[in-house]
Amino acid sequence: MQRLTSVQELEKTSKTILEQRKKFCLTVCLGTGCHANAGGAVYEALKKEIILHGLTEEIELKATGCRGFCEQGPIVVIYPGEICYCRVKVKDIADIIKKTVLENTIIEELIYQDPVTGEKISRESEIPFYKNQSRIILGKNRLINPQDIRDYLAQGGYRSLAKALTGMAPEQVIAVIKKANLRGRGGGGFPAGIKWETTRRASAKKKYVVVNADEGDPGAYMDRSLLEGNPHLIIEGLSIGAYAIGADEGFIYLRQEYPLALENLSVAIKQAEECGLLGKNILGTSFNFRVTIKRGAGAFVSGESSALMSAIEGKVGEPRPKHINTALSGINSKPSNLNNVETWANVPVIIEKGADWYTDIGNANNKGTKIFSLVGKVNNTGLIEVPMGITIRKIIFDLGGGIPAGKKFKAVQTGGPSGGCLPVDYLDTPVDFDHLKELGSMMGSGGMIVMDEDNCMVDVAKYFMLFLKEESCGKCVSCREGTERMYEILEAITQGQGRDEDISLLEELAWVMENTSLCALGRTASNPVLSTLKYFRDEYEAHIREKRCPAKVCKALIQYSIDAEKCNSCGRCQKMCLEEAIVGEKGFPLRIDVQKCTRCGVCREACRFEAITIIS
Amino acid sequence: MKEKKLDQIISKYGADPSEIMGILLDIQEQEKYLSKSALYYLAEKIDLPLTRIYKMATFYEVLNLKPTGRNQIHVCTGTACYVRGADAILNKLEQKLSIKSGEVTPDLNYGLKTVNCLGACALGPVVLVNGECFGNMSALKIETMLKAVQSSEKK
Repeated sequence: MQRLTSVQELEKTSKTILEQRKKFCLTVCLGTGCHANAGGAVYEALKKEIILHGLTEEIELKATGCRGFCEQGPIVVIYPGEICYCRVKVKDIADIIKKTVLENTIIEELIYQDPVTGEKISRESEIPFYKNQSRIILGKNRLINPQDIRDYLAQGGYRSLAKALTGMAPEQVIAVIKKANLRGRGGGGFPAGIKWETTRRASAKKKYVVVNADEGDPGAYMDRSLLEGNPHLIIEGLSIGAYAIGADEGFIYLRQEYPLALENLSVAIKQAEECGLLGKNILGTSFNFRVTIKRGAGAFVSGESSALMSAIEGKVGEPRPKHINTALSGINSKPSNLNNVETWANVPVIIEKGADWYTDIGNANNKGTKIFSLVGKVNNTGLIEVPMGITIRKIIFDLGGGIPAGKKFKAVQTGGPSGGCLPVDYLDTPVDFDHLKELGSMMGSGGMIVMDEDNCMVDVAKYFMLFLKEESCGKCVSCREGTERMYEILEAITQGQGRDEDISLLEELAWVMENTSLCALGRTASNPVLSTLKYFRDEYEAHIREKRCPAKVCKALIQYSIDAEKCNSCGRCQKMCLEEAIVGEKGFPLRIDVQKCTRCGVCREACRFEAITIIS
Repeated sequence: MKEKKLDQIISKYGADPSEIMGILLDIQEQEKYLSKSALYYLAEKIDLPLTRIYKMATFYEVLNLKPTGRNQIHVCTGTACYVRGADAILNKLEQKLSIKSGEVTPDLNYGLKTVNCLGACALGPVVLVNGECFGNMSALKIETMLKAVQSSEKK
């Protein structure tokens, strides 16, 4: 690619790229989900088949980032026509080229079938999972090969940056972001425009802008999909922010667990530099900006803003007191503006379409969309982007398609380890920063984990406490000791050794941690416990008083047993049991030796007759 | 690790102490762990107290101070995987390999670790073997997964 030295050149290049497009475009999703489902092999097979038919001049084959519908992967979409094929296998490839590309017919077996209505849908955007979304950020992933800047330019990429650099003063950019009421998507919900203004007004020559790409919330992968699938969108957003704030240097702090994001971001930065969209005199203006990637190494607490800045300086990523805000004194004591990946990704869209357009989406105080990772016990797992203020019920039952295997919904967990679990009574709660907080949970960065009747809420609380006690950096006594003690109590309860006074002790510990910890990790660490105590107290009481786990999860409180009537003594479970805990002779129903049984559950999974039950 | 290789990594980062994390990750990528000699050498070369480097190496979950197994098995215990039974999968692997999470088999063939979230939540429970992702795992599927690892080793 040539260096672009003016806005005119940028526009001309985008136009030329569009004109050079081939007749057909085949996109293969190679996001994490599809990749793990052998999407790579599908891509290679398509490539071969296209060469075999001598169609390389007519078909453009594109590996894209995550499209969100991970449950149905690997996904192949054919343009024109937007024909979406789900769960594609290598053996389907020859047919796809022959029938769909050459003969223009749709392969019925490969298109999406609505599990409820049975209707078959070929157009991607007509599938209910997509139809009910507003994919203003994530939607661009589907047409972009993240390793090719031309794809991003063809979609109007870097035009917002051009618009800001040549048509808007920095203060005007900030005014638009403020008017759009863009709130931090990392979970805090702090207005980005106000933060930007603080750093802009700080009196220092050197200022930094930072992307928080240390997505550490377990159960959340929105940022990953943006970083992997559309890295230029984040670079463009960051550049616009840098211009508005007056920074000439930016950092992307990326967690080590995302190797593909690292690769795609590195390629994107290099390509943007070659095109003159990063570096000196960007698009022929006086704006200079460079971006460096810094890698993290698996520490949840390093996602906290002051900790992250310490980590960028090459120190241990521990939070520090924020008497002076990082917006005024951050990296190397210079004013540093940090926003999360998704926040930055919203910026080019707002600049392009304007604050009025943006504020039409969402509800009163929560504008725009939010991307959620809808996972756990739900039919359509994947990434969704919805207007803020949509109800939990709509997300789980309309988009998510409800709970698998006819099970009952029990709770939805949002906000990661700092959030909480909401029960069925709150399904009509609007999902936004304010409503969730009121209920003792929080929106967080966008993890939405659905749980069904087979999940034990005490066990879930214990799970989060184990996570938090391991991730506590140990600086504050209340957090270090508090998470440890809370875990011990929860462990005892799940072991059947809980005492009546444990519940009030948990509440007391929670109060101390909330009021005496330095950073948000410690201050919110008790949320998973408090919210489950609030909404599922009966489960705690069953564990403590009746020594019973209603969901039949806690190992010390359950036993496996074989239903003699259903067992046909095939011996399959016996073969799978490593503990030799299943006894009996062929021809007679088998039995479980409770002393030897470790309650691993393999036998239950192996049994074809549903003869193995759990009792508590 | 040869000093020449260490020098290459250090110079890639311009011997800049603020790049310590990148340097440590690169060393680990090549050597699979951070050896004592490598850290001593590094401390001298980039003029950083050894205690600072040690603090980094022990703070971050990803960095290892002990040799790890030739085959690295990571069980994701992120929330999405957990509610779908990651615990049972971890137990099964611990049983099969006769080691606990965080340990290495005596023949250094397998290392077993948990990871807080791999970001493949839609496929939970997920196990990562040598960087390759196995989705929708069950305790039963562990057997086939381990066999696949063994056979790819023989090749």
